[in-house]
Amino acid sequence: MTTYTPESKQFFTALQDGKLIGSACIDCGHVMIPQRVICTRCHSDNTEIVEFAGEGVLSAFTIINVPPTSMAESGFSTKNPYCTGIVTLTEGPRISGQILNVDVANPQTIKIGSLVKMTTIERERNGEKKIFLAFEVI
Amino acid sequence: MTKKTKRGVAVVGAGMSKFGAFPDKTSRDLFVEAYQEMKSTVDKGLDPSQIEAFYMGNFSADQFEKQAHLAPIIASWVGLAGIPALRLEDACASGSVALRQASLAIASGLYDVVLVGGVEKMTDLPIGEVTDALASAADTQFEIPAGFTFPGFYAAMATAYLDEYDASPQAFAHVSIKNHKNGALNEKAQFNQTIADIMESKKKRAAAKGYPVPTWSNELEFFADPAGNPNIAWPMTLFDCSPVSDGAAAVLLVAEELAYQFTDTPLYIIGSGQASDGALTERDTLSGIPSAAKAARQAYDMAGLTSDDIDLAEVHDCFTIAEIMASEDLGFFPRGEGWKAAMAGMTARDGVHPINTSGGLKAKGHPVGASGIAQVIEVWKQLRGVAGERQIAGNPRIALTHNVGGTGQTCVVHIFERRD
Ligand SMILES: [Zn+2]
Repeated sequence: MTTYTPESKQFFTALQDGKLIGSACIDCGHVMIPQRVICTRCHSDNTEIVEFAGEGVLSAFTIINVPPTSMAESGFSTKNPYCTGIVTLTEGPRISGQILNVDVANPQTIKIGSLVKMTTIERERNGEKKIFLAFEVI
Repeated sequence: MTKKTKRGVAVVGAGMSKFGAFPDKTSRDLFVEAYQEMKSTVDKGLDPSQIEAFYMGNFSADQFEKQAHLAPIIASWVGLAGIPALRLEDACASGSVALRQASLAIASGLYDVVLVGGVEKMTDLPIGEVTDALASAADTQFEIPAGFTFPGFYAAMATAYLDEYDASPQAFAHVSIKNHKNGALNEKAQFNQTIADIMESKKKRAAAKGYPVPTWSNELEFFADPAGNPNIAWPMTLFDCSPVSDGAAAVLLVAEELAYQFTDTPLYIIGSGQASDGALTERDTLSGIPSAAKAARQAYDMAGLTSDDIDLAEVHDCFTIAEIMASEDLGFFPRGEGWKAAMAGMTARDGVHPINTSGGLKAKGHPVGASGIAQVIEVWKQLRGVAGERQIAGNPRIALTHNVGGTGQTCVVHIFERRD
């Protein structure tokens, strides 16, 4: 099994392997994503890398009708909008990701509190394919 | 513990450029306009050689104009080369951060007379690049790759707010309509037009071009029609968003004991607070801005006041949802009640808590680094009773400004008082 280190870029290395990682504070139990060297709750630097199950609930979302250039390069536009949101993981902390398996033309049908499961999505950026975090409503 | 400064600070002059899109002007031209107007408002006159330092809020001239190190250039352009000139950057809160640091420098005893400014020239870039530049105020490693834009962040907060309080999205329209009404009375505003004015001109344009004329019978119908008011980041529509703007604003701060050398009607800065936060995902709530509540508490404590004492507030309505959250974070209304207050007109010029009498960022415009200082310009006018047609009644004496950076990674709150 791969051992990940706390440097912030390792989050994306783990994501390439389909894993969602963060940190847990050994002193106070606080769980953080992405991973941190120093606990954001108790200031301890006694933290360890943890892997999340990748499940949670949708806590906030939006349909992006006017995309940033990076998403426009991936083919999104006013005519082809996408959903992005904030997920609260079962383990507690929140993380942002593109939200899949929703009807972007009818945002009223998308419900906060829906169960979601982590997946990854490949998007092209500057002519290069990259893996990004996403969540599927299940 | 309540912290107080040891020396008082007063505002004795305040001016701003017109806000809008000015292809022929650079940030230095806009700041010269603001500075000249500020100088003209110093009742007993200002000898510029009295100015000891220049603090300037600017988010990103590096990205917008490819010009970094802007403060000394601007200082030189207003004839002040030689004095310390600093640029402070905390995204859209840069202006208020500059104001706070300048007032702390006076409170420390180091300076007596300081120029504070804010400027942003945003409209030179194509809109996609403006969106990207603004997005750089968020966490570009962990938030932006999810596909978020700034309207998107606030739209997500809006969905959390609507869900948590079972609120009506029509409240957002009421904020926009009210701010446009106020902006229509502000000659410096980018949009000095009501929503009704905008509807009329759209109808006329359609008729002139031989297109079907829209049939909106009132502002709420217009707001709900994606043909007239398209979605930017659902549920935030075009008219929920503050515009991309060019503009500058300037105020003159002096030590309290010197204020009467400049004017008989100074405004005293009696409360100041600032707080920071992590990314939007790191907070306990998504339906409010914790740094705003923290900054407000510091400012109220320093002033020895509560939200009930505030006669008017200029708040950071970068998006309509932001004004509703601000009205709760600042304590004007209980949690979950801000949307109802907006719909009931409680934040209008004649409401119990007038908010954004200037038109706010929504109608006045949002040249990000200038916005915090432009809020002070409105407070200056209202508390001195010179706000013209949009002057609120009741001889207001105490006002508050609330300036947010990003989605609340920074918030600065100031409280101003006129004494007489
Ligand atoms: Zn801890």
